[in-house]
Amino acid sequence: MARYLAHRVGQAILVVWLAYTLVFLAVQLLPSDPVTIFLTADSAVDQAAIDTMKSQYGYDQPLLVQYLNQLVGVLSGNFGYSLASGQSVLDRISGVAGSTVALAGSAFIVAGLMAVIVVAAATLTRSAILRRVLVNLPPLLAAVPVFWLGLVLLDLLSIRWGVMSLFPDGSVLSLAIPVLVLAAVVSAPLAQVLLKSMNQVYDQPFIDVLRAKGASRSWIFFRHALKNAAGPALTVMGITVGTLFAGSVITETVFARSGLGSVVLTAVTTQDVPLVQGLVLLTASVFVVVNLVVDLLYPLLDPRILKSNGQGAPRALTA
Amino acid sequence: MNTSEPATHPERDPLLVIEGLEIVYGHGPTATTAVNDADLTIRRGEIVAVVGESGSGKSTLVKSIIGLLPAAARRTAGSVMLGDTNLTDASERDLERLRGVRISLVPQDPGASLDPVKTIGSQVAEVFRLHPDGPRRSRAEVRADVVRLLTLVGIDRPEERLKQYPHELSGGLKQRVLIAIAFSLQPDLLIADEPTSALDVTVQARILDIFERLAREFGTAVIFVTHDLAVATDHAVRIVVMHRGRIVEDRPVGDILAAPEQDYTVRLLREASPHRLPAEPRPGLELDRTSATPAIEVTGLTRDFSRAGEVHRAVDDVSFSIAAGTTFALVGESGSGKSTTARLILRLLDPGAGQIRVHGDDVTTATRRQKRELWRNLQLVYQNPDSALDPRLPIRDIVGEPLLNYRIGSRAERARRVGELFEQVDLAPGFASKRPHELSGGQRQRVAIARALALGARTLVLDEALSALDVLTQAQILDLLRSLQDSLGLTYLFISHDLHVVERISTTVGVMRQGKLLETGATAQVFGSPATEYTQLLLAANPGHRLRQQTPLSSRLHALSAT
Repeated sequence: MARYLAHRVGQAILVVWLAYTLVFLAVQLLPSDPVTIFLTADSAVDQAAIDTMKSQYGYDQPLLVQYLNQLVGVLSGNFGYSLASGQSVLDRISGVAGSTVALAGSAFIVAGLMAVIVVAAATLTRSAILRRVLVNLPPLLAAVPVFWLGLVLLDLLSIRWGVMSLFPDGSVLSLAIPVLVLAAVVSAPLAQVLLKSMNQVYDQPFIDVLRAKGASRSWIFFRHALKNAAGPALTVMGITVGTLFAGSVITETVFARSGLGSVVLTAVTTQDVPLVQGLVLLTASVFVVVNLVVDLLYPLLDPRILKSNGQGAPRALTA
Repeated sequence: MNTSEPATHPERDPLLVIEGLEIVYGHGPTATTAVNDADLTIRRGEIVAVVGESGSGKSTLVKSIIGLLPAAARRTAGSVMLGDTNLTDASERDLERLRGVRISLVPQDPGASLDPVKTIGSQVAEVFRLHPDGPRRSRAEVRADVVRLLTLVGIDRPEERLKQYPHELSGGLKQRVLIAIAFSLQPDLLIADEPTSALDVTVQARILDIFERLAREFGTAVIFVTHDLAVATDHAVRIVVMHRGRIVEDRPVGDILAAPEQDYTVRLLREASPHRLPAEPRPGLELDRTSATPAIEVTGLTRDFSRAGEVHRAVDDVSFSIAAGTTFALVGESGSGKSTTARLILRLLDPGAGQIRVHGDDVTTATRRQKRELWRNLQLVYQNPDSALDPRLPIRDIVGEPLLNYRIGSRAERARRVGELFEQVDLAPGFASKRPHELSGGQRQRVAIARALALGARTLVLDEALSALDVLTQAQILDLLRSLQDSLGLTYLFISHDLHVVERISTTVGVMRQGKLLETGATAQVFGSPATEYTQLLLAANPGHRLRQQTPLSSRLHALSAT
């Protein structure tokens, strides 16, 4: 177990470091340095002002020195300063991150619940028609863009029926609708994968043995099948963190919520490179941490994982 | 095992009465009748075997009793009564109360019949939690009950096993756990669907003994399905023969053995009986044997595996040689190293020590290129034809694929060769465009053999190639293998745990145990007068004791041929 843990944590750190380095290299591919790009975006600026700012931000140093300085900065919690506001990147992000974490986090959990509910209903229903509808729901939702769903709901609820304010006012509905929109879209691939692995689980003979023990359909589903089928869905859940982040940026914009969405939007449009770098690092870290948690949960779901880590396939140990 | 028990118990009440049962798969013009007008009565405490080849409807019949038919199947006529309860009219909820309590099930494949992510203890205790009638029990009492059950089925260290997961247990132990579950509430009726088909002979014998003992102890009636008449005659008091969905014969074991009524029963009995002798060496071959180089020759073959820091010797100093044109069988329990030996010879694994010669060429340290040459001559036919054939390819492409891999011939030449191969393995040309799932088990195995022969292999490694097939299909594939050996002069390395099959096909036999080759010799000699205790044990565990008693002539012939 300890080896497995060390292995996975080491991998996670490596991935974050590689992501950071790739972003650094990508910035170097820009036609000019970040300060010049930022300052020449709107008006003509004299070269002296550019040079002063460049030396302030350290962009006049040789590449390797820049890289190492930034890396040391990141390790000590200093993610650089925004070119637009001069505020520290960390402050700029942490000031609004709470709202996004609340949105994305609730959507993540609601998405998981929605997937389980859809799959449970599709598996346990005795009505062939209902089952067919439920089975086709996830592919349909997967094809719906987040912004479209958001705009349609906004149009219906705020403009036509007037039950919800156009801007967040702290009401239950104005919090719940963005969460549901995001969750619906994120839950679609989850439900698809869960349904597929559920079907495979139900093809296995142990399901018949459970029925022969006298277990009811819901007993079998919730006490046995779900745990067996959860693995692939959990993996997909880890991967959807990317979709979740992109989706929350769009949702925040559609529903005029403050949060990382607006920061991302301004950082990209004003070409505030240090801020973009900080955001990418944050996203990569969240992605890696969530997937690390998924990897660590896996052995709890399936005891065979740890065994198969060694040489050879898991096999019978005793006669 | 013993036959002292009276054949039937007419004085006892009928427990299960099936009348006019008809079960149909599918709808409309494609519907097929799996069970047709079946009548069957089981009395309390009676052990009845249902036999027949695959597709005869035996599994469907018994599954309908416990209400576990697949979704595509439905009952179209007839009734099933358990005592006073009509099972065919019962609601799902009523059935749930019956299952596990009055009727229970021991499944076919112990490997996949336990929930892989739950502990053994929780899965046995589950039966008590599902049916919490009677006095309330504390956790400690349930635990004590589970331990008692595990002890009852002969599981050692039951306390430790409670916390283990199914993958930590061998197939035999898993089947014991499943038997413990089935007997936990002392049911009136137990249904066992091929309960030992997936197990070794030695394990099979032990499992069936436990089964029989518990059934007698608790007065449980048992219906067990098997394709192996040898097993049926050893353990049942009555045999029900099914053929094409109909019950064609239903009589006490003694009567069926003495005077089978149906031709079909006669055929089943003939295939299950140990009467046929191994193929006589063909004239002229004897001369070859001394002069020609052996097809396969291994000396001092050794291979270790390390698992979790522990070194385990899978193959230990194994030496043997197979004369060209003959069949050598490796027998032994699972885990004895038979398959590893085969994989080493095929050079799918690297040997730790020793030497392998195939048709005189030393292939012990073959390079990638040399291995490709080796596999033109030496091919594998795998145990499970279902998973050894790509389900998405038509049969034609599966058989022709090796030619494509080795870039042999033009498209037309390859098509011709595939046609030739189809003919050699007796597959109708019409199958060419079908896919594996449309074929029966026997036909799939023919495809696997045709593919192995595509490049003109002279030696085939048959790893449990017949184990997944029923007796009648086994007999057909055996005939095919024999005729291919005659016409093409093939050499077989035959790996099997089924001694019946081995004694019918092999010229020489090697017995393996724990990686070591215990003894080798001519088949008749090894089986007739085994040199080691272990071989004697294997032979004793081989089912068909009553069949052997019934056909003294053949066993006498057998003994004669040994000298």
